[in-house]
Amino acid sequence: MNPISFITQMIRIAVPYLFAASGGVIAERSGIISLGLEGYMLTGAFGATLGAHYTGSAWIGVLCGMLGALIFGLLHAVASIRYRADQVVTGIAINLLAIGVTRFFLKLAFASSSNSPRIAGFGGDPVWHGFDNPLLWLGLLIIPVLAFLMYRTPYGLRVRAVGEHPDAAASLGIKTSLVQYVAVAISGILAGLGGVFLALDQHQFTDQMTAGRGFIAVAAVIFGRWDPVRAALACFLFAAAETLQIQLQGNQLIPSQFIEMIPYLLTIIALAGVVGRAVPPAALGKAAE
Amino acid sequence: MSSRFRENVEEALFPPVVALLVALICGDLLIMSYGQSPATVYRLLLEGTWGNAYGFGQVLYKATTLTFTGLAVSLGIRAGLFNVGAESQLAAGGFLAALLGLGLSPRMPGILAVVLCLIAAMAGGAIVGAIPGWLKVKYGAHEVIVTIMLNFVVLALLNYIVAARLHVPETLHTPEIHNGGIPRLDSFIPAFHGSAANLTIIVALIAAALTWFYLFRMRRGYELRAVGMQPEAAEYGGVSVGATWMRAMILSGAIAGLGGVNYVLGYKSYYEEGFAGGSGFLGIAVALVGRNHPVGVVLAALFFATLSQGGLAIHAFVPKQMVEVLQGVVILAVAMSVPEVRAALRRARKPVAA
Repeated sequence: MNPISFITQMIRIAVPYLFAASGGVIAERSGIISLGLEGYMLTGAFGATLGAHYTGSAWIGVLCGMLGALIFGLLHAVASIRYRADQVVTGIAINLLAIGVTRFFLKLAFASSSNSPRIAGFGGDPVWHGFDNPLLWLGLLIIPVLAFLMYRTPYGLRVRAVGEHPDAAASLGIKTSLVQYVAVAISGILAGLGGVFLALDQHQFTDQMTAGRGFIAVAAVIFGRWDPVRAALACFLFAAAETLQIQLQGNQLIPSQFIEMIPYLLTIIALAGVVGRAVPPAALGKAAE
Repeated sequence: MSSRFRENVEEALFPPVVALLVALICGDLLIMSYGQSPATVYRLLLEGTWGNAYGFGQVLYKATTLTFTGLAVSLGIRAGLFNVGAESQLAAGGFLAALLGLGLSPRMPGILAVVLCLIAAMAGGAIVGAIPGWLKVKYGAHEVIVTIMLNFVVLALLNYIVAARLHVPETLHTPEIHNGGIPRLDSFIPAFHGSAANLTIIVALIAAALTWFYLFRMRRGYELRAVGMQPEAAEYGGVSVGATWMRAMILSGAIAGLGGVNYVLGYKSYYEEGFAGGSGFLGIAVALVGRNHPVGVVLAALFFATLSQGGLAIHAFVPKQMVEVLQGVVILAVAMSVPEVRAALRRARKPVAA
C-alpha cells in the first residue's frame, strides 16, 4: 500500500465527516441534540446540485447547498426551541423529510429517481488527487476555526454556558434561545457543506448519496466527546478505517462489514465508558421552559 | 365519561389532527408543483388503498409490520426510554425466524413450527434490545445513541452472515424456509389475491392487546409507567428502575423482532438483506402519532401504511416520493404540537383566579 495515496484518500473521505461533525459539535454544545446531520448533508448536496445545474457555477452551487441545509437547520431549531418538540424525534423527522424532499424534487427537476445529470464541480484533475477542490481545504480549516470559536470568543463561551447551565446563562442576561438558534443554523450550514462537498466532488447528485455519513459524524461527535479537535481526530480515524477497507479490497482478511462497524462500535464503547467516559453537555436535549 | 378521560382523549387527538391538516396543505402544494389537481390525486390515493381488495391487503400487510415496531417504540417511551433500534431488532427477529425455519423439518406440524419461529423472532429482537438496556443500566450509556449505533452494527453483522454463509447465489437472500410459513390472507379470502397480507396480522393484534394489558392491567406495567414518569419517585416507592428498564428494552426488542416474521414467514419465506426497509424508524412515527397507546398505534400504523401504499397508487400522476415528504411533515407537526397542546390544555384546566 502506498502511504501517499492512503493519506490523500483518507483526507478526501474525512472532509464530509469534518464538516458534519463540526456542525454536530456546535449544536450539541448549545444543548440541542443533532441527529439530523444526515438530513442537512443530503439537502446540502441537493441544493448544490440544483444551483450548479441551473447556473453552471460551482460556487453558486455552494451557496445554494448552504441555503438548503440552513432551511432544514432552522426547521430543526424552530421545532426544538420554539415548540420544544422532542429533539430526537425532530432529528429523525428531518432525515426522513430530507430523503423525501430530495427524491421528490430530483424527480421534478431532472425526471429521474436515481441521479442528476453531470454538474459543474471542483477538482477532477487526476494529478491533484482531489486536492484542487477548495472545499477540501475549507473542511480542514474548519477544525481550528471552530475550536477558536468555541473556546476563544464570547459567542463560544455562551454556547457552552447555554449547553451546560441554561438557567445560569439566562440569569446573566444571555438570550439562550438566540444562542441556540444561531448554533443550530451554523450546524445546518456546516453539515450542509459536507453534502455540498460530496455532490461537487462527484459532479452529480445521487439518491441518498450521503449514505449514513451524517450518522458517522454523530458518532465522531460523541467519540470526540463534544470537542472540535477530538471530534476531528475521530473523523480521521473513521476515515482511515474506511480507506483501509477500500485499499484492501479483494483481500479477504477482514470482511468489509466488520470495518463498517468500527465507528459505531467505538462510539458504543466510548459511551459505556470503558476507555474514558464520554459525558454529554449537561443540558443536552432539555428544552428550556 | 369522566372529564379526566375526555381531557386525555383531547390531548391525544389534537396533535395528529393538526398534523393531518398541515400534511394535507403540504401535499396540495407538492401536487400543484407537479401541475396536478390535489382532489384527483387524493381520490386516487384512497381508491388505490382502501378502494380495492388488493390495495387494502397491501395496507394491512404494511400496517402489520408498523404495528409491531410502533408498539415496540411506544413501550420503550412508556418506560422513559427512546428505542431507536427497532430497525435492527426487526431485522434480527426476522433473521432468527428464518434461520430456525431453515433448520426445522418439513414433517413437523406447521403450527408448532410457526410458534417456534415466533419465539425465535422474539429472541432475536430481545437480544438486540437487551444490549442498550444493559449498557444504560450498568454504565449509564444513553440508549438513543447506543440503539442508533447498534442498528449499523447489527445490520452489518447480519449482512455479513448472509453474504458469507447463507445466501442463494446472485441474490441477497437466504434459501426458502423448510417449515414455519404463515398462510397469506388470499388463501381464505380470494379477493386479496396477490397482496402480501397474511395471518401475522392476527399476531399483531394479539401483541397490541397484550401490550395494553401489560401496561394498564399488570403490576409490572404499572411499575414501567411509573419509572417512565418519574424514575426517582418510582425508585423511592420500591420499584427497581434498572430492572424495569432492562425489562422494557427486552420486551420492546422482542415485539420489534416479532414484526420480522411478517416479511420472513408470511410473505417471502426467506430473510433478505435490507428487508426492514425503514419500518423500524417509521415505528417511531407510529408511536408518536399513536400517542403511545396500543389502540392509537394500530390506527397510526394503518395511517402510515395507507400513505406508503398510496404513494404507489398516485405514482402515475405525482412521484410516489411525495408520501415520504408527507411522512416527515406529519412527524414534525405532531412532535411540535404535542407540548403546545399539553400547555394549552393545562392553562384551560387551571381554575380562574378569583
